[in-house]
Amino acid sequence: MPWPFDREYMQLALAGGLVVGVCAPLIGAFLVQRRMALMGDGIGHVAFAGDTGGLLTGIWPFWTALAAAVAAALGMEHLRRRGRASGDVALALFFYSGIAGGVVLVGLAGSMNAGVLSYLFGSILTITRGELALIGVLGAVVVLTVAATHRPLFALVVDEEWSSVAGLPVASLNTLVAILAAATIVAAMRIVGILLVAALMVLPVASGQLISRSFRGTLVWSSVVGAGSVVAGLVAARLWALAPGGTIVLVCAAVFVLLSVASGRRSHPGRALALRGGPRTG
Amino acid sequence: MNAPLLRADRVTFSYGGEPVVHDVSLRVSPGEFVALVGPNGSGKTTLLKILLGLLRPDGGSVELFGSRPDRFRERNRLGYVPQRPSLGSGLPATVNEVVAAGRLAAGAWWRPPGAPDREAIEHALTTVGLTEQRHARVSELSGGQQQRAFIARALASEPDLLVLDEPVSGVDAGSQARFREALVHHVRAHEGAVLLVSHELGAVASDLDRVIVLKRSVRFDGPPSALSETGVSLGVHESDLPLWLEGLH
Repeated sequence: MPWPFDREYMQLALAGGLVVGVCAPLIGAFLVQRRMALMGDGIGHVAFAGDTGGLLTGIWPFWTALAAAVAAALGMEHLRRRGRASGDVALALFFYSGIAGGVVLVGLAGSMNAGVLSYLFGSILTITRGELALIGVLGAVVVLTVAATHRPLFALVVDEEWSSVAGLPVASLNTLVAILAAATIVAAMRIVGILLVAALMVLPVASGQLISRSFRGTLVWSSVVGAGSVVAGLVAARLWALAPGGTIVLVCAAVFVLLSVASGRRSHPGRALALRGGPRTG
Repeated sequence: MNAPLLRADRVTFSYGGEPVVHDVSLRVSPGEFVALVGPNGSGKTTLLKILLGLLRPDGGSVELFGSRPDRFRERNRLGYVPQRPSLGSGLPATVNEVVAAGRLAAGAWWRPPGAPDREAIEHALTTVGLTEQRHARVSELSGGQQQRAFIARALASEPDLLVLDEPVSGVDAGSQARFREALVHHVRAHEGAVLLVSHELGAVASDLDRVIVLKRSVRFDGPPSALSETGVSLGVHESDLPLWLEGLH
C-alpha cells in the first residue's frame, strides 16, 4: 500500500480504525437521539476496570473488558428501565465505580504499565492481528445487527411508549442497543482509548445530522465521517508524529465544525448537538 | 350488535393509595366515533394507559379486540397517537420515515417493506395532507404538521381502532381541520372506530357519536345531544370548560 500505509502496523491500524470508525457512529446515533450519548463513557470506564483485571490475572484483557462492558451496559439499562435511578445517577454510578475499580486493580498490579496506558489513551499503532480479528468480528456483529433492526430501533428512538403499544419488543431492543454499545466500545478502546471512546460515538453523528435530513442517511453519513476521520487522523498522525487516537478525534471535531460553517447552519454548532427540543408551535 | 373493539369493566386504579380511576366501565364498538373528555386531573390519561395495556389496573378488567391487553397480538388493528410527542430539534427523521414506522405493527419488523406497505404509507400521508412534506424533517415542521405526521403513523397500520391522546392541544386551525377530516375519513370510509381523549372537542364536536365524561368515574356516557339535558356538573377548571363544551350545544 502507498505511504503512509506502507508498513504492516499502519495497515493493521487502518483496518481496525475503519471498523471502529464505521461501527461507533452506527450505535452512537441511537444513543445520541435518546440522550444517552455519555453511556459510552460510562461503559468505557467499567471496561477499563475489566482491562486492568485481565492484566492482573493474565487473562486476555479484551475478554475481561468485554465481559465488564456488557455487564455495565445491562446494569445501566436495567436501572434506567426500572426507574430506580435517573439516567445521570445510573451513569455516574457505573462511571465512577468503573474508574475507581480500575485504579484499585492498577494499584494491586503494582504499577501503571504500558498495557494500562494503551487502553486509557488508545494505541492503534500496536494492534495485533489477533486483536484485529476480534475487532472485525465485533464490527461485523454490530453492522449486521443494525442493518437487520434499524427500523424498530428508529421507532424506539422516536417514541418508546408508542413502540410498546405497537407491539415492538421494547425491552429486548433496549438490551440489544446496550450490548452493541458495549461491544463497540471494547472494539474502540485500542483505537482511541477509553477516555475518548464516546467521542467517536457522538461527533460523527453530529456531522451526519448536518448532512442528511433522514435517519437512514444520518446513519450512512455518520459512518462515512467516522471512517474518513480515522483515515485522515492516521495520515496526520504519521505525517506530524502525533498521538493517533487524539488526532482521529480532533479530525472528527474539525469535520463537524467545518460542516457547520459550510452548510451556513441556520443555527450555530450547538443546535446540531442539541439532543432534544420541542417542536415549533402553530 | 358487533362485539366491542375495546371494553373496560369496573376498572379501578390508584397512585400511592390515591384513587385516580374508580369503577370505570366503557366500550367502543366498530364504526363509533367516541370522545373521552374531562377536566385536567380527571384520570383520562391514566385510564388510556390502562386501556392500552401500558398500566395494569388494580381492579376490573380490560379487553382489546376480545383479548387481555398483555395477550393482544394483532397490534396493527390498534392505532395510537400519543400526547404531543415532541421530536428533538436535532433528530434527523423525515415524515416518510416516521409514517413508515407505523407499518412495523402490521408485520414482521425484520422484513423489508413491500408494495402493500408503500401503499398504506401513501394513503396515510394523503389522508393527513402531508404528501408534499414527506421528505421534510419532522422536527422542522410546525406542531400541527408534526401531529398530523403522528396520526399518519397510526393510520399506516390500517387500524380498526384509532386511539388519540390530546391530539389537538395548541394546534393551528388549518391542522385541526385536516385532523378532523382524517378522523372522519377513518370512521366513514374505513368503518374504523375512534377513541379521542381530549378536553378540546371544537374541531370534531359535530362528528361524535358518543361522549364519555370522566371525572375519576364515568359521569356521562351517551350522545352529545343528550349531554346538556343531563345537567352534568363537572367542576372543571374555568378555562377548560368552553374548550370542550363548545360545539356540543
